[in-house]
Amino acid sequence: MTLLNIRNLSLSIHGTPILRDLSVSIAPGEILALTGESGSGKSMTALATMGLLPQGAETTGEIALNGTDLLQLSEPQMCNQRGNTIGMVFQEPMTALNPLQTIGHQVAETLRLRRNGEAPMTPASARDLVRDTLTRVGLPPEKVPLTRFPHELSGGQRQRVVIAMAIIRRPALLIADEPTTALDVTTQAQILDLLRDLVRDFAMGLMMITHDLAVVSQIADRIAVLRKGEIVEQGLTDDVFRQRRHPYTRALFAASRHRAQLCDVPVHEPLLRVQNVSRDYPMKRTGLFQPRPRFRALKDVSFDIRRGERLGLVGESGSGKSTLTRAMLGLDPVSGGQITLDGRLIDVNNPATRRKMQVVFQDPYSSFNPRHRVARLISEPFHLMDDAPTAAARDAAIAEVLTAVDLSPSDGAKYIHAFSGGQRQRIAIARALITRPELILFDEAVSALDVRVRAQILDLIADLSRRYGLSYLFISHDLSVVRGITDRVMVMQAGEIVEQGPTDQVFDAPSHPYTRKLIAAAPRLPAFGDEALSTDRGMT
Amino acid sequence: MLRYALSRLTSLAISLAVASVVIFLVVEVAPGDPASYMLGINAQPDTLAALRSELGLDVPKITRYFNWVTGMLAGDFGMSYTYRTPVSQMISDRLWVSLPLALYALGLAVLIAFPAGVLAAARRGKTSDISVMAATQLGIALPNFWFAMLLVLFFAINLRWFSAGGFPGWSYFPSAIKALTLPAVALALPQAAILTRVLRSALLDTLHEDYIRTARAKGLTRRQTLWRHALRNALIPVLTIIGLQFSFLLAGAIIIEQVFYLPGLGRLVFQSISQRDLIVVESVVMLLVFAVILVNFLVDLAYAAVDPRLRSRA
Repeated sequence: MTLLNIRNLSLSIHGTPILRDLSVSIAPGEILALTGESGSGKSMTALATMGLLPQGAETTGEIALNGTDLLQLSEPQMCNQRGNTIGMVFQEPMTALNPLQTIGHQVAETLRLRRNGEAPMTPASARDLVRDTLTRVGLPPEKVPLTRFPHELSGGQRQRVVIAMAIIRRPALLIADEPTTALDVTTQAQILDLLRDLVRDFAMGLMMITHDLAVVSQIADRIAVLRKGEIVEQGLTDDVFRQRRHPYTRALFAASRHRAQLCDVPVHEPLLRVQNVSRDYPMKRTGLFQPRPRFRALKDVSFDIRRGERLGLVGESGSGKSTLTRAMLGLDPVSGGQITLDGRLIDVNNPATRRKMQVVFQDPYSSFNPRHRVARLISEPFHLMDDAPTAAARDAAIAEVLTAVDLSPSDGAKYIHAFSGGQRQRIAIARALITRPELILFDEAVSALDVRVRAQILDLIADLSRRYGLSYLFISHDLSVVRGITDRVMVMQAGEIVEQGPTDQVFDAPSHPYTRKLIAAAPRLPAFGDEALSTDRGMT
Repeated sequence: MLRYALSRLTSLAISLAVASVVIFLVVEVAPGDPASYMLGINAQPDTLAALRSELGLDVPKITRYFNWVTGMLAGDFGMSYTYRTPVSQMISDRLWVSLPLALYALGLAVLIAFPAGVLAAARRGKTSDISVMAATQLGIALPNFWFAMLLVLFFAINLRWFSAGGFPGWSYFPSAIKALTLPAVALALPQAAILTRVLRSALLDTLHEDYIRTARAKGLTRRQTLWRHALRNALIPVLTIIGLQFSFLLAGAIIIEQVFYLPGLGRLVFQSISQRDLIVVESVVMLLVFAVILVNFLVDLAYAAVDPRLRSRA
């Protein structure tokens, strides 16, 4: 018996084809993962099922839920289905809730709607059901009162509220669009467990959309791989993972477990020294004449980065990674201790230390001024140099770094909107390289990229470190990425470095309980056959 | 919430103190001696001195400042140099015209702007949206004194529904309201046009938020989503504009007061300046500053009432 049956679904938006002849089905109690890279049509499939496609969308084919073709329903009939027979969970728990309403109000809202002409639930019974449902998703009202506002909850708690909203009417079908992508690994593991339990308990069908194959392998019964709006391969998760019939599936797999080839570097003297650094932030006063309490974001942090070394930094959000990055760049003053580069104190106003250290940020879309040409964007760090090249030498330097990141020198004349996410990240690396720095900070530099692009960028970083003798600090929440690109790794928790050591040693034999917890929570791609064992030194 | 209100109240008091010093200095530094103005060019020096001491102009500036401030706190704004009547009496007479007029105009502006803005946002790009936007263009572009004269021509002279100007006083209640109606409409229209545009764009912004999609996924219709989730989130910029508009309407209605011969605050300031009646100018300006700061305080409280995140911050 099938619950959801999508047959020959094609979708175009303003004439641009988005989905082509897509057919999948979900049975009650079954978890289907839709996976693929960005732009493959995963989210559009979900929105088509919800009847929430953007304006200008045209569909053909059939989306049958319990035999009813959803595409034939009128808007009022669809409103009766949404939140009732189909629930949906979104990616960004931070923005998915109305900031001005209490969580109790928002969870109860769908109960107070008039459905199919039936009277809405009475406030009292609605409140009871809201309490039960929030307790079921792990937010008992005794601990998290219904009167809380979203900004008073953590990301994981908010995602639980969103899940409670989606399941409160016991929908037959639940759609979850990247439900854990914005969460920390330990929270992700809890949310995945919760979703799996709910599917079993309520015999719901779950359409799970995710780009992360490791997550897929943990949760899905069946998997459909999308590419450019078409399903290239689908089947039982185990079979698809084992057989990987389609070249695209194989490419995704290889990229997911990709490890860059790092060359061996001789150990040198320390380049950057962080000594007993702490950073306090003042908080809200508790009383009018009380001193401001302080929040200690970094606690006595000490480490070295040696010349040529590739160091990783992992930890969950709020662990102090960003504070440390800002302190290292000299953007934030430290409250205690000192940071030196090549024996000189870091100072944001001293171009000499600044040009030796550059940074590449996460978001390839918002870290460039859209009105400047690429040549100007990447030559900006020149103002840090007294002897910055001019005229022809400047053009030659721009051409050289563009070539170094596998772009063409002629790309310098283009604007940033002409480039894809991966190309923008190459441009960001070119910008960091142009002053010939000795140290680059990669702050979640590949987190926003698709797996195949990510693999290419990681190779580029490894290659550059070899050619230019670069040292870098690679900061990421993604343990598997850090494992493939660093020699040594540090684990940060609540402002402290709780463990550091050679990367493989830390990952294979973690000594600190927090590291063990992180590694246990991180979803793992299963290893099938000898190929997996020989090419991968194991995945996290 | 209480802590938030207290912190806002403190900043209100400080702003007022600073404003009083600035106003006093600016008015005192301005050239023109009220006594010599009152007595004319040929005044005798001893008459002038006598008048100056009678007006209290011969004591040091700092003393005059404190006399002025402490007087105001006690409700005594001093005597008008020109009319020899208590300033407080003059201001309260005028305030009873200007304040109701400002509230009337603002009420009309809000009544027009909310339905128009919501309609335009809900039907973005459709005919109703385009017509509303065209009308707001016109409302912003038309000078309001010219529009006021059109109103007089049509409703007062042709139709004879309203009188062309003047104010009968509040003892004649219905006709007082009637006398304020045309001026209020003339004042409200441009403000309504601005408010409509602000509300429309704020609503369109919030309609793109993720929680709007969440609400739709819960089964709310487009209309329910707009009213229950988008509108309140769009209120913050709208409240800011309403606050600014109220201050403007209270003091900036001078041209409209002139067109309709209304005895309002705007005309009082204008007359006092031309007659060097410094004490009246100081007091009216101080009152207007007080009104503006008070309105800002109320707008701050309204923000907190709308947005729980502001309440917990303080």
